[in-house]
Amino acid sequence: MAASYNAKEEDGHLSGSSGLGGTAIRTRKPDNTAFKQQRLPAWQPILTAGTVLPAFFVIGLIFIPIGIGLFVTSNNIKEIEIEYTGTETSSPCFNCSHNFSWNSTTPCKCVLSFFLDQPFESNVFMYYGLSNFYQNHRRYVKSRDDSQLNGDLNSLKDPSKECEPYRFNEKPIAPCGAIANSMFNDTLDLFYIDPNGTKNPIPLIKKGIAWWTDKHVKFRNPAGSNLTAVFRDTAKPVNWLKPVYELDTDSENNGFINEDFIVWMRTAALPTFRKLYRIIQKKNNMTPTLPRGNYTLEVTYNYPVRSFEGRKRMILSTISWMGGKNPFLGIAYITVGSICFFLGVVLLFIHHKYGNRNNSSDISN
Amino acid sequence: MHIYKADQEPAVRSLGPENLLLKGATLKNTKKINGVAVYTGMETKMALNYQGKSQKRSAVEKSINAFLLVYLCILISKAVVCTTLKYVWQSKDGQDEPWYNQKTQKEKDTNMYVKMFTDFLSFMVLFNFIIPVSMYVTVEMQKFLGSFFITWDKDFFDPEIQEGALVNTSDLNEELGQVEYVFTDKTGTLTQNNMEFIECCIDGFQYRHRDELDGFTVTDGPVSKLQQKAGLEKEELFLRALCLCHTVQVKEDGAEETPGDQVDGVDGMFPQPEEERCFIASSPDEIALVKGAMRYGFTFLGLESKNMKIKNRQNDIEEYKLLHVLNFDPVRRRMSVIVQTKSGETLLFCKGADSSIFPRVKPEEVERIRLHVERNATEGYRTLCVAFKQLSAEEYAVADTGLREARLALQDREDKLMAIYNQVETGMSLIGATAVEDRLQEEAAETMEALQGAGIKVWVLTGDKMETAKSTCYACRLFQRGTELLELTVRTLEDGRTKREDKLLELLRDYHRRAVQDAPPVKAGVTRSWSTANQEYGFIIDGATLSLLMNPPRDADACLYRNLFLQICQNSTAVLCCRMAPLQKAQIVKMVKNSKGSPITLSIGDGANDVSMILEAHVGIGVKGKEGRQAVRNSDYAIPKLKHLKKLLLAHGHLYYVRIAHLVQYFFYKNLCFILPQFLYQFFCGYSQQPLYDAAYLTMYNICFTSMPILAYSLLEQHMAIEVLLDNATLYRQIAKNAMLRWRPFLYWTVLGIFQGLMFFFGVRFLFSNPALQDNGQVFGNWSYGTIVFTVLVFTVTLKLALDTRHWTWINHFVIWGSLAFYVFFSFFWGGIIWPFLKQQRLYFVFANMLSSVSAWLVIIILILLSLLPELLLVVLRKPRGPHSRQLSEETSTYTDRWLLSHPSPISI
Repeated sequence: MAASYNAKEEDGHLSGSSGLGGTAIRTRKPDNTAFKQQRLPAWQPILTAGTVLPAFFVIGLIFIPIGIGLFVTSNNIKEIEIEYTGTETSSPCFNCSHNFSWNSTTPCKCVLSFFLDQPFESNVFMYYGLSNFYQNHRRYVKSRDDSQLNGDLNSLKDPSKECEPYRFNEKPIAPCGAIANSMFNDTLDLFYIDPNGTKNPIPLIKKGIAWWTDKHVKFRNPAGSNLTAVFRDTAKPVNWLKPVYELDTDSENNGFINEDFIVWMRTAALPTFRKLYRIIQKKNNMTPTLPRGNYTLEVTYNYPVRSFEGRKRMILSTISWMGGKNPFLGIAYITVGSICFFLGVVLLFIHHKYGNRNNSSDISN
Repeated sequence: MHIYKADQEPAVRSLGPENLLLKGATLKNTKKINGVAVYTGMETKMALNYQGKSQKRSAVEKSINAFLLVYLCILISKAVVCTTLKYVWQSKDGQDEPWYNQKTQKEKDTNMYVKMFTDFLSFMVLFNFIIPVSMYVTVEMQKFLGSFFITWDKDFFDPEIQEGALVNTSDLNEELGQVEYVFTDKTGTLTQNNMEFIECCIDGFQYRHRDELDGFTVTDGPVSKLQQKAGLEKEELFLRALCLCHTVQVKEDGAEETPGDQVDGVDGMFPQPEEERCFIASSPDEIALVKGAMRYGFTFLGLESKNMKIKNRQNDIEEYKLLHVLNFDPVRRRMSVIVQTKSGETLLFCKGADSSIFPRVKPEEVERIRLHVERNATEGYRTLCVAFKQLSAEEYAVADTGLREARLALQDREDKLMAIYNQVETGMSLIGATAVEDRLQEEAAETMEALQGAGIKVWVLTGDKMETAKSTCYACRLFQRGTELLELTVRTLEDGRTKREDKLLELLRDYHRRAVQDAPPVKAGVTRSWSTANQEYGFIIDGATLSLLMNPPRDADACLYRNLFLQICQNSTAVLCCRMAPLQKAQIVKMVKNSKGSPITLSIGDGANDVSMILEAHVGIGVKGKEGRQAVRNSDYAIPKLKHLKKLLLAHGHLYYVRIAHLVQYFFYKNLCFILPQFLYQFFCGYSQQPLYDAAYLTMYNICFTSMPILAYSLLEQHMAIEVLLDNATLYRQIAKNAMLRWRPFLYWTVLGIFQGLMFFFGVRFLFSNPALQDNGQVFGNWSYGTIVFTVLVFTVTLKLALDTRHWTWINHFVIWGSLAFYVFFSFFWGGIIWPFLKQQRLYFVFANMLSSVSAWLVIIILILLSLLPELLLVVLRKPRGPHSRQLSEETSTYTDRWLLSHPSPISI
């Protein structure tokens, strides 16, 4: 039966196709595959009030505790900011900022004292902060030569055009570009004033302030045994006091791999920013890193900011697992969690009051 | 080639239309012919018919262009705002050029206005991603690939012709979901164009063939008859007339393949059991008649050198000499043959439409037959009357010379022929009438009902006469029993004493009052149901009246007429236009197309006479029928049968529309929330055109990270199962009038994009108020900022699509999760290597460092959630008939329930 049917069909096809005269459109029965027939097995979720409402509650229940945790964590972080721009006459740094000149050879120093009313327990991180400083200005951001900083000798001799106008100062500038040229060069020193009046310098560690990968891969000194010799044919950036090979005495922290330099080279996202300056390591478990009491901050004031109405500040902060002090995340989580929970309640109410008709039809199915 | 030979008298031969060999003609019974090429070059039919096929653009594309304009305005205003603010900001002391950020000499020297202009252009470049260029690529790909699903659909495969659907253009897929008017041809489209001899009437007695299945076995028996029968002589005369009066050719070896092209009306689809007899004729009616005669015992054996052979009931071969064929033409609506019997009698047989035969026969014969003819016509059969006349030798001689002269005439040949034809075909006696059924296409009625349920207005445009067309409409359930018919035909115009024009206006006004003014306002989305008391109207118009309407004697009325006409039509459930010339069909389509609201029109037809309307309508559909492939070639889509139109529109069209509409909105949305943070960042970087994202992210965003999920969505999404769409035609109304691409949904998507862009930017902005985000106290820079924003962006945008996806095949899973994974992988890879060809290693380990920060994780999670919250909220709050019509509407859900009940399979929709 089937055979005869097939034969008949074949016959019909033959005469049919001969009538149509086209061999190109021979029997092309579409494949009966799931894909071609748009019948791929599919998961068909329906978001309904029934599935979404519990999600609201779950989100609320998860987010609110997280938010509280974040908020508490952030609040436990101790942070103190000392502004030392010296815009006001009362400020100890007023003279330094007021009499600033690029050509002065003697460093101007100013001393600020402050009082810590709470001890800083764990490691303390020392930041410098700048305001109204547009490190994210396009002209500024691109004004660097990463291959020069990676130790490429050709780029050392002939820095990238992006570095203009900080590319050549008769000799090629190393490191070239506006970012390097404007490197922050105030020196900040911290002293603890004993209750009996003696001034104890606090050891500031300058290692571990830059990203590990930056320090070890992205930034590299040009090959050569002696940094002075390597940088012989280059000029120091215009605004620098010392050439790049004299940034530090430690050879592991000198030249392009100086961590202060690397930190500065990572351009900030916003015009008000802070950058890690030093780390004060915890000595032991018994004494706090920074005990309660009087401190002085000695600033070697080299960095002018008043011309663009900038501000400079020193920040001491402890750090938690979430980073520095920032109540935003905690508040955000608590808010979103509460909103979700609240919405859940309201919607449940609405759903129950007005959604009965839909429910009944659901049940009937 | 010699035309003259010296020793031969030049013979004069006329060349007329009957000598014309059309393209694809086959030579028969001869090895070669001599020919003259006529109508060449620009006079070929192809060149003459070429009407500069205008580019068909879909409504979606028009919406895209409108949206694009809005986004262009946004782009320009963004650039203007930024440029202005930049100069305001720079005017403050020390901001433009602080000591740490000096300009180059070149920059200092540039003219201020030139700088302003270049700044403006830079902002344009920075924000240009808001214009979704990649959308065009994706849309094209979606259309091209998506159209394969039509070709692949096995439901469109017709085993009879061994062919499936054909897609000639992929530009109009989504237009199939927007159709408001369907214009359909009748013959061959609504009906099969497969004529079947149903009954005949000989001398006023009805002969109906009862046992159709066994038809060929009763060759020797008497014709089955109803009550009485006419005289045997009359019967045989009638059957001989059927056997002789035609231009059918016999192809004996039916199974053998004919080389070359198709001949119209090949009747070789089903091999006949006994005699492998194949008839070829230009009209399927003639074949049906010859076959009908065969069933009653008179078999036409063929034409051999002017001799027609027929086998009569006694199995004797009768031979007739064919003297003249008076060809059929649509004006005369009849044809005749003049034959000579063996005994020397000269007979004229004539068959034609009743209206053209009745005046030419003896009036007393008419009445008996007219009854049958009219009854047959109302039953939807095609009727022909047969008459005959015996010519005396003198009469024949006159006719013969007249015909010969007329044929040889070089001037006014047509008129002369017409005159002599009219002269010959007079004084005949009517011997009978035939009724041939043109059967409805399979599921024609169901299809029409579904289309009407989908809110589509169906117009039947046909060249047939009104009664036949009307009965077809009833058979197709276009007109229901309760439908009130408004007729505007030559007949209704002429029954008064008033002038036709006045009567026309009067009728128009009357119908308008009934159909438009008195009808209660139709609520959108109300289904056509039996319970509603709304009177349904069917409107009928014929060609002559239409031309009067389109070109009224007073030009001033044209507009009024047309408006009245259109309004009546728009309020009728079905419109029937009969006696239409091909051009008039196109005229009607054009008129509707350009009417208020510019509705989307679809024309469907199978013959060459439908080509003009197929080309005119927004979407042209060709039926792969028996009338050649002209329509198929000129159509946008070709389907084997009318019934396939239902799935094409209700399922494919609906899905394509939803898919592409979502695609378009999604593209605009994702580019808006992509570029908005970049715009906002300008306020924090001194309007310096600093990009927020790395160049690689800027480029890859549209190409790699977010393009594949939406492409997969736009190819595979089935927001409702195909079965549901087919079963509930009303669902089609939800997307009518471009519902998903109107300004409201567009506004919704835009607001969503803006909301999310604000979230992304300011969420991270507040996080960065203290950039010490790592647990070792180290700080993040601007590229980390951008990367966090970008990560949130890619995840949000992809998950938003995931939320919208209702149909998760493995491809969707693969593409959605795959592109997120690819983003993560790419970011690691891009930031993991010092790329030698890059000037700046901006992203070196930025992504990895970001992931090492708990705060970054937390902010990413909360921002994604917060951005999707409105969407989740809408799911709960959305009224049944939301702007996306994704949720089943109330009435639909009851349909769906019913569907679920009737199909107890565990498919959730």
